[in-house]
Amino acid sequence: MPLIDLANPTRFLALTQRLLPGLAVATALAFAAGLYLAWFVAPDDYQQGATVKIMFVHVPAAWLGMGIWALMSLSALGTLVWRHPLADVAAKTAAPIGAALTFVCLVTGALWGRPMWGTYWVWDARLTSVLVLFLMYLGVLALWRTVEDPARAGRAAAILTLVGAVNLPIIKFSVDWWNTLHQPASVLRLDGPALHSSIMTPLLVMALAFALLFVTLHVSAMRNEIMRRRVRTLRLMQAGAA
Amino acid sequence: MTALGPHAAFIVAAYAVAALVIVALILWVLADHRTQRRLLADLEARGITRRSERRRTEAA
Repeated sequence: MPLIDLANPTRFLALTQRLLPGLAVATALAFAAGLYLAWFVAPDDYQQGATVKIMFVHVPAAWLGMGIWALMSLSALGTLVWRHPLADVAAKTAAPIGAALTFVCLVTGALWGRPMWGTYWVWDARLTSVLVLFLMYLGVLALWRTVEDPARAGRAAAILTLVGAVNLPIIKFSVDWWNTLHQPASVLRLDGPALHSSIMTPLLVMALAFALLFVTLHVSAMRNEIMRRRVRTLRLMQAGAA
Repeated sequence: MTALGPHAAFIVAAYAVAALVIVALILWVLADHRTQRRLLADLEARGITRRSERRRTEAA
């Protein structure tokens, strides 16, 4: 099937119906492997002790929180420039998942910060910019709920999403541009990862598990949104015929 | 598994929060799917279908 066929919601529904069971199984297997490595194989950190285990949920949630906004920004371009019929469906359904994972990132970060830094929260650049990301997610969700017409809501949310994308490099480089309590990047660095493979491997497997979870949930939520729009269209047809 | 040490409560709480949020997301998607499928089935049962569906039914 050519990729362009996915622009057709009916073909998207048919293809994803076949893909979803495999995606769900792959997600479960990746989590099982990741949690086993994180809890039974990865050693404690020489400074942080067992609290390093929090990293295996905190970091993938943070990566996905940012990555999902980047995906929404691409979808926003699809809505505004190419008017792709599934672009705003993709953006709308990614937002609640992105908000939830950013929330996980903030809470697990606070729970890691208390024993390591002595505080749950500081208003430093990294923590504050991630909080801004979370608030932007809530703003996009509120906008979708405020405007009833999906096409108008999609365009308004797309503009807000593209404006909010400015925050992504701020989050990434906040630890380099300002003095922050948060540690600098350990994985995505120009001179290579600073983590030992015994910590790095579980982290990457957990990141894969979170990514697969996102794909599974996102595809499922997109299917729901397509059905919701069909229900809306049929109700409008019914009202028009009455 | 190594002992979780003096900060075990923080580690367990972090995983519990992550698990709760993930379970909530899964339940939200499943419940929404059930709702939309039921609404579509109700409309179709009343004969309200899309033109493409009608053409497909008539052709069959």
